[in-house]
Amino acid sequence: MSHKSDLIEEDILAYLQAHEDKSYLRFITCGSVDDGKSTLIGRLLYDSKLIYEDQLSALESDSKKQGTQGEKIDFALLVDGLAAEREQGITIDVAYRFFSTDRRKFIVADTPGHEQYTRNMATGASTADVAIILIDARKGVLTQTRRHSFIVSLLGIKHVIVAINKMDLVDYAQSVFENIEADYREFAKQLAFENILCIPMSALEGDNITNKSHLTDWYQGPALLPYLESVDVSSDLSDKPFRMPVQWVNRPNLDFRGFSGTIAGGVIQPGDDIVVLPSATRSSVSRIVTYDGDLEEAGPNQAVTLTLADEIDISRGDVICAARAPAEQTDQFAAHLLWMHDDALLPGRQYLLKTANRTVPATVTGLKHKINVNTLVKESGKTLELNEIGVCNLSTTQPIVFDPYNDNRKTGGFILIDKRTNTTIGAGMIDFSLRRAQNVHWQHIEIDKAARARQKHQKPCMLWFTGLSGSGKSTVANLVEKRLHDMGRHTYSLDGDNIRHGLNKDLGFTDADRVENIRRVGETAKLMVDAGMVVLVSFISPFASERRLARSLVEENEFLEVYISTPLEICEQRDVKGLYAKARRGEIKNFTGIDSEYEAPEKAEIELDTSTMTAAEAAEEIVHYLEASGYLEG
Amino acid sequence: MSTIDDLVTRAENLAERKKLSVTTISRKLLNDGKGLARLKAGGQCTLKTLEAALEKLKELETAARQADPAKIASVKNGRGRTSHQTPHMTHLKRLEAESIHIMREVAAEAEKPVMLYSVGKDSAVMLHLALKAFYPSKPPFPVMHVDTTWKFREMIAFRDDWINKLGLDLIVYINEEGARQNVGPFTHGSQIHTDMMKTQALKQALDKYKFDVAFGGARRDEEKSRAKERIFSFRSEQHRWDPKNQRPELWDIYNANIQKGESIRVFPLSNWTELDIWQYIYKENIPIVPLYFAKERPVVTRDGTMIMVDDERLPLKPGEKPEMKRVRFRTLGCYPLTGAIESSASTLPEIIQEMLLTKSSERQGRMIDHDQSASMEKKKQEGYF
Repeated sequence: MSHKSDLIEEDILAYLQAHEDKSYLRFITCGSVDDGKSTLIGRLLYDSKLIYEDQLSALESDSKKQGTQGEKIDFALLVDGLAAEREQGITIDVAYRFFSTDRRKFIVADTPGHEQYTRNMATGASTADVAIILIDARKGVLTQTRRHSFIVSLLGIKHVIVAINKMDLVDYAQSVFENIEADYREFAKQLAFENILCIPMSALEGDNITNKSHLTDWYQGPALLPYLESVDVSSDLSDKPFRMPVQWVNRPNLDFRGFSGTIAGGVIQPGDDIVVLPSATRSSVSRIVTYDGDLEEAGPNQAVTLTLADEIDISRGDVICAARAPAEQTDQFAAHLLWMHDDALLPGRQYLLKTANRTVPATVTGLKHKINVNTLVKESGKTLELNEIGVCNLSTTQPIVFDPYNDNRKTGGFILIDKRTNTTIGAGMIDFSLRRAQNVHWQHIEIDKAARARQKHQKPCMLWFTGLSGSGKSTVANLVEKRLHDMGRHTYSLDGDNIRHGLNKDLGFTDADRVENIRRVGETAKLMVDAGMVVLVSFISPFASERRLARSLVEENEFLEVYISTPLEICEQRDVKGLYAKARRGEIKNFTGIDSEYEAPEKAEIELDTSTMTAAEAAEEIVHYLEASGYLEG
Repeated sequence: MSTIDDLVTRAENLAERKKLSVTTISRKLLNDGKGLARLKAGGQCTLKTLEAALEKLKELETAARQADPAKIASVKNGRGRTSHQTPHMTHLKRLEAESIHIMREVAAEAEKPVMLYSVGKDSAVMLHLALKAFYPSKPPFPVMHVDTTWKFREMIAFRDDWINKLGLDLIVYINEEGARQNVGPFTHGSQIHTDMMKTQALKQALDKYKFDVAFGGARRDEEKSRAKERIFSFRSEQHRWDPKNQRPELWDIYNANIQKGESIRVFPLSNWTELDIWQYIYKENIPIVPLYFAKERPVVTRDGTMIMVDDERLPLKPGEKPEMKRVRFRTLGCYPLTGAIESSASTLPEIIQEMLLTKSSERQGRMIDHDQSASMEKKKQEGYF
């Protein structure tokens, strides 16, 4: 395996150092045997000196026996594999070949060009970043050229090299090359390629493979291999928002809980905010753990283990996403579907759909149209046969997390599995969700009432003081609050008078306004209970139905009705604010107890009469009740 | 120093070390971004809150310490956060990540996986990758060696020592029936020996333990028929491989669904080449059996192949006398079936150098491949790995 490098003999350590930094590129070759595809790959292997002498001598003897090149080496024989196909002289499957230069390691997916093997080409294209499409210079752009181009485009390949081969058979004529290039570029306008390079070449003679050929001095572009060595495909995934489908929960002991997976897009650093789908739980990354030490940053294709700042429930099937740009989730979507099995697609039948890390039952609910891979024309149809491609609507029994395939191949692709035979029968590329509404991510509130309550070491509740004006509600409530505060509890008082100066200053004292008054106070108190507070509400709140409303706003046991049942006479006697007098004089309308009814509670949690006890005693009794009922325990 | 002062100081140190803002740390400790600032300004909190915060702080500090900056592997070259350039992944890092991805898929989907361990260099790499894939957990499957009883003694010693050091479960399986009949390459011929002690033994072992997935260290570059092998390769209940009935493999989504009794061979090293393997062993400093390194060893030469006299079971032909030669092995199997090469390469770089300059492929030393070139494919259909 003589790599052409003097370093190997002179300084192996320097050679190893240099080769450690090689990059990696996967590409696919498309074309039929007649186009010289196997010859091209054989040539790349041969020219990169990756053939051992024993292999070479086998090749030479095979060439004489089975070769098609007379006395010359038949490079195609280097790459044809299985016995059956060698006899038939055709490649019948995807084969992977390896070669490397000083700059890159290459993995070649070698796929056949025959129509019935669309599925093999899709398979090879799914992991490739670059496609080489072979065209016989004598034949130009053919149906199969269009088919190959469409399939690699469908599978998301953005960089295409059009190898216009067998230039030796057309006398290296510039005009032939230019006509084919023009034809191809015209055709390719309807495909989603970002980058097309046409190279005139002869795989058999080695023109424009490793070096520029002097026979095509009119050609300004690079030779094939130098281009393959330099084409940049790495930025494609790192610019995407962060995605990591969780493959495996890493739990060696109770102190470590990590989430292992391969990064499908974007870059992550400790401290970055993430959201876990489908639960929409938020957290941030605390560590990027690897066997070789923690990383400060990790990007696409890296296999890592993340630990998060918060203990949240994550399992295989979840996708950890950048919080600022989460993936979508849906249970109904449109997709391009390639059928890969002899048994045709049956819309309505349940299959298993497998995404990067999740398997869910799924049904094709409708076939919108098929696409003729030769003409790219939409055709109607009820089903998809082997190697047919269609645009379908699918429905899953549970939502899946995805990105449109065009945005991210790793999170946008899926396979369909037959439930009975377990065979992979289809491959899909998600276009868009059919449920727009589900794409809205609600703000997941991770700190809930319970968490806030725990932090405050108390059970939040609403102490609703009701009773006549002057009964002592506010006085008692103030004392209770003071006591609780001294005990380190978190409290807040909502007092009728205070609220009416602010939030409710637009309200009067009509029955309607009283109802609205209580509603607003109830809602405000509810928010405070949610915040984990012990809220003391002191309102006359004369109507049972409004108190019931307030009670209904919070959970059971969170509403404590405190009925200060001081009799009207005593209240009127006290008349601290002189309101009874005014009411009696008719200066205040709708005064509770005078010309507006007070509906006494029937089942108040606490009932106290301040005519028979002091306010301090009443407060003490309430605190005692709270303690006894466990409200003051964290 | 009061406990609160201590908390604040340590939290600020942690923020400094982790390049996080104090409010972030504060949020983590107290569930309140301004909590630390308040405490620093003389604010109070309950004892319980303080205790909880101290506990959390300790966790974060431990995590930060484990992220020892000396071990941080990411390349830092002043790249800003916004530039979003891919951290450059070398081909070995890509291969490593792909293999790890495959292993994790199996761990998550298989009911009872096992890693086949042949003690050779590919197995060494595969095992090393498994350690990486599940770190800090141990690989969630046992390691199984199908012992033909004719392996080099150094292989067995290395196996026991290394697996024990790693603290992994090792299953050694021997075809007892074959062992009772004393099946060996000299008495029964290499074909029967390999079939009974390797192919049949493997099937027996998989059946016995009901393993549904078995990792193997085969690579696509080893042999032509392997170039078309899937990463997840399906075997019938009879362990047969049907090359015409393999599942398409798209992206890195692997369909691991099988019926009861069926099994899958999974090849995490599919896309590695021999050179990749050696480079990785060198780079990662992975221990391998010393037989790979050149040393004076007793050998006899038969039909142009040097066989090492590893034990007294090697029947010497009349006039045959073991000679001491400086040899090493490019591939390891049963010692009577594995040819040595004369070599002076006693370090990894020397081995790699020799390999790059050599003119024959690694399987040449394996007698099993020596019949017609499609033989491996036939063996695979019969259940050979």
